[in-house]
Parts: sequence; structure tokens; C-alpha cells
Amino acid sequence: MPSNLQPYPPPHTPGSEGAEAANASSHAGQRPLATSIRNLTKEYVLKSETVRALRGISFDVPEGDFVAIMGPSGSGKSTLLNLLGCLDQPSSGQLLLGDDDVSRMSDDQLAEVRSRRIGFVFQSYNLIQQLTVVENIQVPLYYQGRLGNHERQRCIELAKLVGLGERLDHRPAQLSGGQQQRVAIARSLVNDPYFVLADEATGNLDSKTTEEILSLFDDLNEKEGRTIIMVTHEDEVAARAKRVVRLKDGLLQSDKTNSEADRTVARERQRQAVLELIAREESE
Amino acid sequence: MLWLRTVQLGVKSLLLHPLRSGLTMLGIMIGVWAVIVLAAVSQGASNQVVRQIESLGADTIIVRSVKPPSEKMQGSAASQYGLRRAELDKLLSTVPTIRNAVPIREIRRQFTYKDRVVDGRLVGCTPEYADVNRLHLVDPDTMSFITDIHNYQRATVCVLAASVAEELFPYENPIGLRVYVPEHTDYYTVIGVLQHRDPSAAIGGSLDSQDFSGDIYIPIKTLQQRIGDTIYTRRSGSREMEIMELNQITLKVDSVDNVESTAELVKNTLMPAHEAMSDVAVVVPKELLKQAENLRVMFLGIGILIACISLLVGGIGIMNIMLASVTERTREIGIRRALGAKRRDITRQFLVETFVLSLAGAVLGTLLGLLGPMMYSGLIWGVKYFAADKFAALPETIREAQPTIVLITIPVAIAIAVGVGLISGLYPAVRAARMNPIEALRHE
Ligand SMILES: Nc1ncnc2c1ncn2[C@@H]1O[C@H](COP(=O)(O)OP(=O)(O)O)[C@@H](O)[C@H]1O
Ligand SMILES: [Mg+2]
Repeated sequence: MPSNLQPYPPPHTPGSEGAEAANASSHAGQRPLATSIRNLTKEYVLKSETVRALRGISFDVPEGDFVAIMGPSGSGKSTLLNLLGCLDQPSSGQLLLGDDDVSRMSDDQLAEVRSRRIGFVFQSYNLIQQLTVVENIQVPLYYQGRLGNHERQRCIELAKLVGLGERLDHRPAQLSGGQQQRVAIARSLVNDPYFVLADEATGNLDSKTTEEILSLFDDLNEKEGRTIIMVTHEDEVAARAKRVVRLKDGLLQSDKTNSEADRTVARERQRQAVLELIAREESE
Repeated sequence: MLWLRTVQLGVKSLLLHPLRSGLTMLGIMIGVWAVIVLAAVSQGASNQVVRQIESLGADTIIVRSVKPPSEKMQGSAASQYGLRRAELDKLLSTVPTIRNAVPIREIRRQFTYKDRVVDGRLVGCTPEYADVNRLHLVDPDTMSFITDIHNYQRATVCVLAASVAEELFPYENPIGLRVYVPEHTDYYTVIGVLQHRDPSAAIGGSLDSQDFSGDIYIPIKTLQQRIGDTIYTRRSGSREMEIMELNQITLKVDSVDNVESTAELVKNTLMPAHEAMSDVAVVVPKELLKQAENLRVMFLGIGILIACISLLVGGIGIMNIMLASVTERTREIGIRRALGAKRRDITRQFLVETFVLSLAGAVLGTLLGLLGPMMYSGLIWGVKYFAADKFAALPETIREAQPTIVLITIPVAIAIAVGVGLISGLYPAVRAARMNPIEALRHE
């Protein structure tokens, strides 16, 4: 088991030992790193050919960052996210989570990391149908063997945080898409992850619900200091992030920072659009 | 705690498809039910056989006259067959291990008292007959069975079996009253009434089931003197004549260990004279007891075979359903893996589900199995009620059997069922765990 996998709650105090490693990042040089990637490659060996999905990518994500990963279809966004989420192992290169090098871990160790320190939000929600809202949120803890009352209480708090305090015992089938995605977000937070990974998390949602989820991300990032890494192909969604990383053909094409002013403008514009939409629906 | 939750989760997943889970359990259920019920029925049947044979006594040898096939009869001068009185004396003088020998002569006759008529057996016997057949007087103080003196005096006295007494003397105390046998214009004074006794076993073709309830016992010497050895019976218009000295000799051997050797000696003594007509049969209940035990083992074997087949079918059913379930739940497996489930967690989840499924099936099968004896009685009752002729044709062991749950079969059947369930669930569970989480997540 990786040495520094700490049980919840982890120390949130900014550590000085991560500060040197953070100098590669153009942002927040003082903060410790949630993850650090060096020359990461991923190849899929098929019968007829070898697909090079990632061809050597390097970047750092400090704690508290809000990164949007963009790029055309097939550019390797999902592959990168799956590697960050410890669902797969890189073909070469280094992927550090805290002090642990994921590229050297066994299948069981990867599972351990996923249950302890990774939060995943999927495009298609991926809730377990036979479980209630609270039980779904608890699944990552379940695989750490943490089933106590304290844990359940934490899941209820998270459900309340994402605005589902009234639906604790509902099943996924009884919830709307937006509500299901909120459950998924609450679930991604339950193990106090290094970062929340969201792969096209708003891809299945209408603009109003998308706005709700994005505001939730904003809150989590601003108020709770959560690190968020989200894949999207929508410019409006990417405009809400602090930083936009673009991939092309498995390579890093650009890594830009959104200014606070631009983010505020984007936020206001989208809120306004949603308000207008609601007003139009009501008048009809 | 974790296991408890895994079981809870398994139950939840199974309840998601109640019909499917129910049908899957059915195979296991029937298997366990079959084990318990078949064991109970075979145990009941063999208990019945053993009880019946034991009622004849393990230290007994029965030598019986058997009506020979008609073509063998034609050759002989008169239509005489069966045991001779001289042979009884010969046995007593040549076979030292015989403790006592009870000869009987029995004839079907009508008995009357006033206007009441009863059909029954007139049985000529000696005093030991009561002892050998475990017949007991209703009141030994005021009654008596046939005695040696009665035989010596050729006394016209009789002892009534329970139902004869009830039918002929429903209102009066029969002691001292006289029963009339119209066929021979004879009166017999009642000196005793017997307690009710269950019928004895029917053993093969050579020894019919003995229903003692319709018997009237008289001294055998009296029967010999007053009725003789020649019996006329009317059968479909024509009269038939039959000459026979003794119907049966019941031999008591001095010890159970000597039964086989004594039986050998008895056969050697009697058979040469009877080989040609095959009009005498020697029945050894002790040997039949052994055969009954073999029969029971065979019964059990068949039961176990049937149970194994249905458990196998149940196991295949479980494997089939679990494989389908693994495919159907690929997505769920992917989600769980993405959220931190190790391979062994997935294996455990599916194994727990098959465990719950097979255990539930086994428990339901056991409960149904415990109702098995009732079902059997119901079935027999149904046959008796709706198809009386078929019922009569059933072997007595089947008709009278009281299925008895064999306790050991319950844990054994449950253990085997759960074992079969787990083995069948193993492959699907391992296959589920082997899936690549990313591909599993992409599964629709
Ligand atoms: N399991 C796989 N086997 C083979 N090729 C794959 C696999 N997963 C992804 N690829 C290929 O890798 C490349 C990047 O895929 P992906 O990361 O899904 O792109 P994106 O999410 O940016 O659309 C694509 O060319 C895709 O076909
Ligand atoms: Mg993708």
C-alpha cells in the first residue's frame, strides 16, 4: 500500500515540501501538487496496429486548481483522465499522486488508491441502481471497509451539500439527470480525493442543469478548496475553469490560464442565459 | 460487518429480479426437497418392512403349505398337498435347535350367533400360538387361550379375535356363549377374546399378510376330529376338494444365531418330499430383514441419485443466471472497480449472491421437505379416495409407510446445495472480476 495514503480527514495545511515541485506549474507556485505528470505515454496495442493515445505529456496540477481539458475527439482526453483516475496504467512516464508513483502500482494498489483518494464523475452518472442516494455516496468508503455511523453521517452531509438532503433514500431511477449527477459529485467527494475527475460531466445535461452543476463545481473549488479536473468540449464550460489544457493527437497543445475577470464574465453570462431561458419557459 | 453488508447487498441485487432469482432457486430447492423427502419415504418404507418382519420374530422360521400350480396337481393321486402332521414330529425329533413348533390348520368359514353372521378364519392351533404371534387376551383373569387339555379333550371351545367378538357380540359378554359354524353344524363355546393386533407382514408370494382380526381359534385336534383334512369349497358353481393336514408350522429357534443353520436343516428334512410339487415354502424373517435393509440402501441410493441430478441441474441454472447477470451488470462492475473495488471484492460479491441464492433455495427446499411426510400421506389418501382399486394394488409397505425425516439428510442436503451453488458461481464471479474496468464502464 502506498505509504502516504491518509485516511479522511487529511491535513489541508499547505505543505512546504510540495512547493519546489510546484515550480513547473505556471500557477500558484506556493501550493502543494495534487498531481504531477512527466512524459506520460499510453499505447493501445491492437492486432493490426498500435494506437498511441498519449505521446508524452507533462504538467502539474496544484491543490485547489480547476482545470478544463479540451481537444478534438480522439485526442486522448479520456485516456489521460483514466490514467489520472488510476483506472489504467501508463505505458511509460511518471504519474505522481502525492509522493506515490502510480505507474508502478499493482492492480490491487490502484484499486486501493481509487477507493481512498480519487473522485470520479462520469458523463453517464454511473450510479448503482439498486442502492439509495446515501448508499451510492458511500460506495468508495465501503471498499475501504468503512461502514460506521460516522461515515453514513458524512454521506448524508454530502448529499445535503449537493442539495439532495430531501432525497436520501431515493434510488437513481427516481431522480432526474441533474440530480443523479449531483449524487455522483457527492460520491466523488466522500473519500476526500486528491482531485475530482469529471469526464464530460455535463455532456448529458441541458443548459440549465449544466449551469447548476458548474455552480456546484465553482462552490467546491472556491469554498472547499477542491481540485477539479474536467474534460469538456464546450467552450462555455471550459471558460468557467481557472485553466484550460488543450490536447491534440496525444500531445499537449496549449496550457492557458483564464483570468478571474474572464471567469466572472463567463459565469454572469451563463447565469443570465439560464435566467432568460427560465423566464421564456414561464411565459409560455 | 463487511460480510454482513455484502450479504445485504447481494439480497438487494437478487430482489431486483425476484422472478429470475426465484426460478434460479427452484433447481436447488427441488434438489434439497428430493433428498429429504426421498430419504424420509425410504426410511418410512423400510421402517414399515422391518416392523412387520420383526412382528414375525427374528428367531422364527415359518414353514407353509403352498397350493401347487394346477398342472403339478394333476399327476398326484388325490388332491392332497402341503405339510403333514408326521413331518411336524419328524422336525421336532431331528432338529435339536427348535424350541417349539406351532402347527396350524386354517379354513375360511362363516360364523353366526343369533342372527349375526361373520366371515372369518377358523384356525386350529396349539397353546403356543398366542405366544408366537403375540396375541393377548383382553382379560387374562377371566379368560383363557386354547390349552393342551382342550386339545387332549378335543374340546369344542374357541377364542375370538377382537373384531369377530365385536361383530358377533356387540351387546353381550361372549364368554360362555356359543358360536355356530353352519357348514359343519358345530357349536364352540367362547372362552376368550383377544386384544386388537396389527396385521403381520406380507412376505413375497409365499406368505400373505396375516390379518388376525377375523380369526376364531379352536384346538387343532378338535378341528382335525370334527372337520378333518378334506375341505370342500364351492367355487363358481363347482365343488372343489382339497386335502391338507397342516397349513403352517411356525418354528421358534432356541437362539437367533442358530436361525440360518436351523432353516438349512429344516429345508433338508422337508424339501425332498415336497420338491416335485413345490407345495411347501420355508420363510425366514431374519433373512428378509437383511433383504429389507438392502432394499432400504437401494432406495436411498436412488434417492441420492435423483437428488444429485436435480442439484446438478440447479447448479447449471445458477451458473447460467450468474453468467447472464455478470454480463448484464458489466456496467455496475465497472463502476464498482472505478470506485475502488478490488478484483476479490467483485468475486466476493458474486459469490455471496450465489451463496445467498443457493442457501435460500436450500432452506426453502428443507421447509418443503419437512412437509414431505404430510404430502406423502396426502398423496396416499388421494389415491385411496379417488382410485380405491389402485390403492388396494399398492404394496402394503407403500400404503402403510410413515415417512420419517432422517435428520442427517437436512444438513447434508443444505451443505451439498450450497457447495453446488458456490462452485457454479465461482466461474461467473471470477470472470466478472477479470473485466477491465474501463471497458466495463463503457458497456451499455
Ligand atoms: N481501449 C482502447 N483500445 C484501443 N484504442 C483506444 C482505446 N481507448 C482509446 N483508444 C484510442 O485512443 C485515442 C484517444 O482516445 P480517447 O482518450 O478516448 O479520446 P477522447 O476522449 O479525447 O475523445 C483514440 O484514437 C481512441 O481510438
Ligand atoms: Mg472521451
